[in-house]
Amino acid sequence: MSIPNQHKISAQHVNVWYGAKKAIDDVSLDFGSDHVTSLIGPSGCGKSTFLRTLNRMNDTIPAAKVEGDITLDGEDIYAPEMDVVQLRARVGMVFQKPNPFPKSIFENVAYGPRIHGLAGNKTQLGEIVERSLRRAGLWDEVKDRLTDSGTALSGGQQQRLCIARAIAVDPEVILMDEPCSALDPIATAKIEELIHELKGRYAIVIVTHNMQQAARVSQRTAFFHLGTLIEYGATSDIFTNPRQERTKDYITGRYG
Amino acid sequence: MNDHTVKAFDADIGQLRGLIAQMGGMAEHAIAGAMEALRRHDLEGAQLIIAGDKKLDALELEVEQLAVRIIALRAPLADDLREVVAALKIAGVIERIGDYAKNIAKRVPSIDSHGEIEPLSVLPAMSALAVRMVHDALDAFAARDADAAVEVCQRDREVDDFYNSLFRVLVTHMMENPRTIGQVTQLLFIAKNLERVGDHATNIAEMIYYAATGTHMVERDRGTLLSLTE
Repeated sequence: MSIPNQHKISAQHVNVWYGAKKAIDDVSLDFGSDHVTSLIGPSGCGKSTFLRTLNRMNDTIPAAKVEGDITLDGEDIYAPEMDVVQLRARVGMVFQKPNPFPKSIFENVAYGPRIHGLAGNKTQLGEIVERSLRRAGLWDEVKDRLTDSGTALSGGQQQRLCIARAIAVDPEVILMDEPCSALDPIATAKIEELIHELKGRYAIVIVTHNMQQAARVSQRTAFFHLGTLIEYGATSDIFTNPRQERTKDYITGRYG
Repeated sequence: MNDHTVKAFDADIGQLRGLIAQMGGMAEHAIAGAMEALRRHDLEGAQLIIAGDKKLDALELEVEQLAVRIIALRAPLADDLREVVAALKIAGVIERIGDYAKNIAKRVPSIDSHGEIEPLSVLPAMSALAVRMVHDALDAFAARDADAAVEVCQRDREVDDFYNSLFRVLVTHMMENPRTIGQVTQLLFIAKNLERVGDHATNIAEMIYYAATGTHMVERDRGTLLSLTE
């Protein structure tokens, strides 16, 4: 089911259990830096669970068990020697609800580069913060109030702050779990524009319940149902002419 | 085909299909009616066909508004999207077929030679073929039947052949009876209109095929022979 390209991150035969319940059943997918991939499917289909296997977020859930091969640039991310903190810097994540630290806007973005030692001095750190905020499309709105609390920003600005925070540590992959579900249409459009700008620099994987959003922002779409990957292909094909009946029923609003 | 979770969506699609069916029926009747008026030299009947074309134009506008509303409010995808787009385009084509009916009706007053022009007797047969194609194309739309759409396309050859042979007959007739040139030229235009109706039915069938399958009909399904009319 894979489309050949330079795979940044590759998942092969992934199974996930929560206790006795199998949440993901033998899913294989590859992601490259040259495109955005959408994961779609009804609630409980396993798309978020699958997304979270890509930077080992499921490690924090004691009952979760992950099987299969997930490699980042050919390196097994579940290998015992893999540094999980380092991994999550390389594979950043943006969540459904913006979750800025209760610190200043500057500190929210500076925190990651500082703990990962990416900046040699204060000037460099300032440069990283500015560059990240610019890439996240937030700089012009916050440059005069970098010392204000991140939590004082609007929801859309907070989400872009979280994206700035994720890209400040120079990741290779960005995972987004319904990044716009709590945002108004304008803020959503800004995030979508941002995803478009970031494409090519990072491999981006986005989970979304918004079909139109998946159609707009991604070049590849994967449809999940009951823990299995039903269909994967070019977004334009999936939304105009899906091969599988279940994909069609879901995207046209006939599911269930 | 399962129903949509949002029932109003099914109602919208149903309404769109109903409008297309209604337009198709009107266009068929308009062509048949214009031909009947021609055959009987019925000026009043021709006038009715000309006036009736306005209804077809109004229905096309209605389809357009409904399709735009569905796209805006329902954001259709996959087969729904293809169907809405197809309906929008089909409505435009049916409106054109109506224009041909009107054009034929407008020529009725200038052809008054009952029994004098022999080829006049074969035009209704050609018309019946073309109208049948329109009718069957719209049945294929109602049934989302790609095979039936292919079958309609293949029949366009018959209409084209009819036109080509009629063209020769009419030219011969004009050479032999120069004083009928004015009227026979009108008949030639009518034959050409009917040939175009067949082409439009083919277009409709191609759109139905795309709506039903998501792929475009390949050349070999349509029949490949080039004829004089292309």
